[in-house]
Amino acid sequence: MDLLFDIPVLGFILQFLVYLVNVIVNGHIAPIILGLATPIALGALCGVMNERSGIVNIGIEGMMLFSAYIAFMTALLVHQSFPAERSVLFGMTPALIMGVIAAMAAGVLISLLHAWLSISVRADQIISGTIINITALGLTSYLNRLIKPFDSAGTFKSFQPPAALVNLPGVGWLIEMFTAVGPIVMSTIIFVIIVQVLLFRSRWGLRTRAIGEHPKAADTVGINVIQLRYRNVLLGGIFAGLAGAYLTLEATGSFQNNMTAGRGFIALAAMIFGRWTPLGAFGGALLFMGSQAIGVAIRLAPPAGDLGTFLGGIQQAYPSMYNNFFTGLPYLLTIIVLAGVVGRSVPPAADGRPYEKESST
Amino acid sequence: MMSRPRSYLGRVVVPALSILLALLVAYVLIIVSGLIGTEKKFDLLLPLVAYRSLLVGAFGNFKGISNMIVAATPLMLTGLAVGVGLKAGLFNIGATGQVLMGGFAAALVGVAVADTSPTFAIPAALLGGMLAGGLAGFIPGFLKAYTGAHEVVTTIMLNALIQLAVSGLVNDVFRAPGFSFARTSSMGNATLEGLGATTLHLGVLFAVVCIPLSYWLLWRTTVGFEIRAVGANPTAALYAGMKPRRMMILTMSLCGAFAGLAGAIEIQRLGYYPAVFGTSIGFDGITVALLGQSNPIGIMFSALLLGAMRAGAPLMQIQARVPVEIIDVIQGVILIFLAAEIVVRRIFRLRTPADTGGLQTITRTYGEKVVG
Amino acid sequence: MSVEQSPPRLQMRGITKRYPGVIANNHIDLDIKPGEIHALLGENGAGKTTLMNILFGLARPDEGEILLDGEPVQITDPADAISRGIGMVHQHFMLIPVLTVAENILLGAETMANPIFLDRREARRRIIELGKRFGFEVDPDVKVETLSVGWQQRVEILKALYRNARILVLDEPTAVLTPQETVEIFSVLRRLAAEGHSIIFISHKLYEVLEIADRITVIRRGEVVGTREPSKTNEEDLAALMVGREVQLAVDRGISHPAEPVLTVENLRVKSDRGQEEVRGVSFSVRAGEILGIAGVAGNGQDELVEAITGLRRTSGGTVQLAGQDITNWDVRNRREHGLGYVPGDRQKYGLVLGFPISDNLVLTRYYHRPFARGVQREDAAIEKWAQEKIKEFDIRTPSWTVPAGTLSGGNQQKVIVARELSRDLKLLVLDQPTRGLDVGSIEFIHKQAIHKRDAGTGILLVSAELDEILELSDRIAVMYRGEIVALVDGRPAANKEEIGLLMATGGRTPVSATADPSLEEKHHDVTP
Repeated sequence: MDLLFDIPVLGFILQFLVYLVNVIVNGHIAPIILGLATPIALGALCGVMNERSGIVNIGIEGMMLFSAYIAFMTALLVHQSFPAERSVLFGMTPALIMGVIAAMAAGVLISLLHAWLSISVRADQIISGTIINITALGLTSYLNRLIKPFDSAGTFKSFQPPAALVNLPGVGWLIEMFTAVGPIVMSTIIFVIIVQVLLFRSRWGLRTRAIGEHPKAADTVGINVIQLRYRNVLLGGIFAGLAGAYLTLEATGSFQNNMTAGRGFIALAAMIFGRWTPLGAFGGALLFMGSQAIGVAIRLAPPAGDLGTFLGGIQQAYPSMYNNFFTGLPYLLTIIVLAGVVGRSVPPAADGRPYEKESST
Repeated sequence: MMSRPRSYLGRVVVPALSILLALLVAYVLIIVSGLIGTEKKFDLLLPLVAYRSLLVGAFGNFKGISNMIVAATPLMLTGLAVGVGLKAGLFNIGATGQVLMGGFAAALVGVAVADTSPTFAIPAALLGGMLAGGLAGFIPGFLKAYTGAHEVVTTIMLNALIQLAVSGLVNDVFRAPGFSFARTSSMGNATLEGLGATTLHLGVLFAVVCIPLSYWLLWRTTVGFEIRAVGANPTAALYAGMKPRRMMILTMSLCGAFAGLAGAIEIQRLGYYPAVFGTSIGFDGITVALLGQSNPIGIMFSALLLGAMRAGAPLMQIQARVPVEIIDVIQGVILIFLAAEIVVRRIFRLRTPADTGGLQTITRTYGEKVVG
Repeated sequence: MSVEQSPPRLQMRGITKRYPGVIANNHIDLDIKPGEIHALLGENGAGKTTLMNILFGLARPDEGEILLDGEPVQITDPADAISRGIGMVHQHFMLIPVLTVAENILLGAETMANPIFLDRREARRRIIELGKRFGFEVDPDVKVETLSVGWQQRVEILKALYRNARILVLDEPTAVLTPQETVEIFSVLRRLAAEGHSIIFISHKLYEVLEIADRITVIRRGEVVGTREPSKTNEEDLAALMVGREVQLAVDRGISHPAEPVLTVENLRVKSDRGQEEVRGVSFSVRAGEILGIAGVAGNGQDELVEAITGLRRTSGGTVQLAGQDITNWDVRNRREHGLGYVPGDRQKYGLVLGFPISDNLVLTRYYHRPFARGVQREDAAIEKWAQEKIKEFDIRTPSWTVPAGTLSGGNQQKVIVARELSRDLKLLVLDQPTRGLDVGSIEFIHKQAIHKRDAGTGILLVSAELDEILELSDRIAVMYRGEIVALVDGRPAANKEEIGLLMATGGRTPVSATADPSLEEKHHDVTP
């Protein structure tokens, strides 16, 4: 092995690959990757619900941000008014639960605006999404300035799987990945599977795919296109809301201006990467955010050998750029994947086209 | 002339009404903020106090007016950066990143030519900013034209990447010694100094010239005709022998150059590039372009309006204790009413309107490869 | 016969529908018996589709009533129509290409295993059973996009039958079919009628309705102008009823004087967007002063051929020569500069910028030329003058040259394109579906313009899915089948329509399947009333 590592360049790459596998399997970063991927996967689920019905939604970013704020403030208010013991399970409190519910409601509320603008008003859907992003950013920054919270309702706690399971050789890291996480992460996995199955096996799924591909055909067999589009966009809002709640109530326990930092857009790219399927989008989310987690891993457990010396050297000489590189990796990957995958990955045919019943003459 | 809708009045009415409605919504918001803010009292007149101080801050005296113009200057440019793109069916929401690129490049050039005469140093730095901004626009334009990656996603990603790259470079490579925070060296003679006692500077001229120039380009030239044709119907443009891909790249680069110039002006006003350079002019450009209906003249007026809000907001925050962020909220609400044009028309019983031009193309090209 | 004694299955009484400025249906009466094939004959825009939209709940009549089996009913929407046993096969199929046959059939009438999930096994079983009963078995699991147009139409019929339709409306069902496929679908329809289904067959093709219908109702300008039985009428009689005046069935095209070749295509190969080879080694030439018609069922490579000739699509092999110059790798503009004119098949997608005024559209391909531009600067006065001239010359009906092209009728939109493309010296003119969806007046006008251009020495390549149009205009006819030219025949002596039809359908002169055997058709015809 060491012999292989000595080959110039290639050896370097080998060292890095071995390090990667090692850090994912033994470095306990698998749950971190899943956590980072969760808001992306939820955002992508929101995107799937919208775009499978023929509605382009680039306002997911804003929906997440607004929901994140609402989740945080609701939880804080409930926490201050009704302080309660933390439950053993996930460290739940009424405050946190109310926060999540409020976030989902906020997601649905903004979805309603998007649905109304894109379906009823038939405004341009990308403009509508952008407006949601701008308004959400403005409104949350405004409110955050107006009411400066110094307190917090805290966060959900991760589940602690039995050490015996986590330390199982070979699969232990996988078990850890899916169990040593908080409630929103866990439910995300369940949602991904449920939506995937329903989309391709249920009546709702068939009709949803139909209105996204050829709404007129669906209309002629008696499906209410407008109503189903509304319903799906609103349901999608729940996922965006949950993504927001994850950011403030599970990941950080605080709210910062523009804390979504483009996650809504990465979610869209994950959705495109996953060819508008929930499972595929989930895979995309893991890929994009995995790259960021590697940065975390390298900071926690720097690789040894030449690789370590090399990385350490760069970090010494260019500390700021070194850090920013790992922060920026998901954005870079998003662009690369998008450039490589579009055209091969075909969106629903009626995506972005408002539906209007014709009155023929 | 040709493709412009017949009545100017018809174009102005909806934006004006949207602004009016947004101010009404803000009225309520300000009352609410009085309730939950530091004062915690119910005051029906508070919004009027706020609006008055906003007006005074922007128009109250010569200083206010000059502040307004200086605030509006980069907005005209970022407004064009978005608006000209819209005409070509491209939605450039990456003005933020292009501004940073432009500002950073201007700073590098400015530091290099700091000791030459201002007549050389200032244009050289501005040009550097334009070129760098153009490059930042070229990338998403190229990606859209040749891979189909939609600019709405790629420009947002680039915004983040450029911000990370530039701040990293300033911190690690171009950091000037002797300052408590990371920044580049001073730009010396490339700095845009205020004229006399005002904040007015030479950059205003450069920006103002871009307005008629864009107008001429879009409506009076064959290139502009091609830009608009590609925006309105890319397949028909291809059929007519135009080169939609080339036009997309050209337009995005041009948009980037406008934004780059805006960034250069802002940084040259400052005289150096700070590693943490937060500015809203990129996103404000979206509002300016949509409010100005992608028309250069309209963009000029909406930039002045938004500039007035930005210039007046600090006084409002002091006098009425309404956070300056209210301007962002007002912008958002204006945009919602603009998008819901039909609804605004219904509220005020107006007739329905002209076509949308390049807007449809933006959504249609989403997730698809571009022709030609 | 029992058919005669039953009460009408469907009666439409005094149906009136007004749209701003037009009366689409004016007191229309119609009755359909069980087991009857009833043809609705009329020109484009006569009001047939409006009437059927009313029947299907897509439009509400202003006056009149609908009776099913003698009972008055209010049909509120398509779902309601479907539940009352009315099925509609639209002219543009209402199928979703990326879904399977079963999914398309199930949609809206899902067979459920439980309240959430579909019962796909049961659905499969029923679809196969229905197909067997009516003589066309289709694999429920293939995607619709992989089926030929003829089979897609059968899926549409299955869709209606799956919903237990007793009244089946077919809107211009043969418009997209080859004569051969038409024969096949007629046999399906007869079988359905024999089982007691009522069929409303909408068409503007005289010989077809004479062949298939038990009764024919003719509609003109929204009114019923007569009902006939095929045995007691003929094409001339029906044509007179339909158009309202004695019509000349063919345009006089005069004599052509072909000269040297202006377009020479050699061994041309072209791939589709998906990378499939759609044009497989095609060779032919068009001479100056002649019209070469390309006949073929839509989707046999004509689109790709035209796009390769006009420069919209890259070739993967072979050469294209324009007046002796190899233009295979030239861009669109260069080809136009060297005398290529092109009326595209999809006028809204390619031919026009709908949001631009007529004037801009009239210079869409010439805007950079003098006098419309000087350098990069536009010359608006010259463009305006040109627009006014062309509007007059080509009889474009519009209030002004500043009006957006999108506000014009289809016929006038096409005239804008024709005016632009024909108003200069051309070596080669490519006409792709030049009259699709237009009214008779516009068709006549455009055909005359094409013949004028031919007589002026331009070579014309005409591609049309309407075999009648090809036969009417072409001096020579090439038949395209699966990406190849399978025959090149003289268009002069009233070319053998059946023979060309067979070539379009099979690519060869012998039918490939037994169901297409005309002798079987004859036998079947005997047993149906």
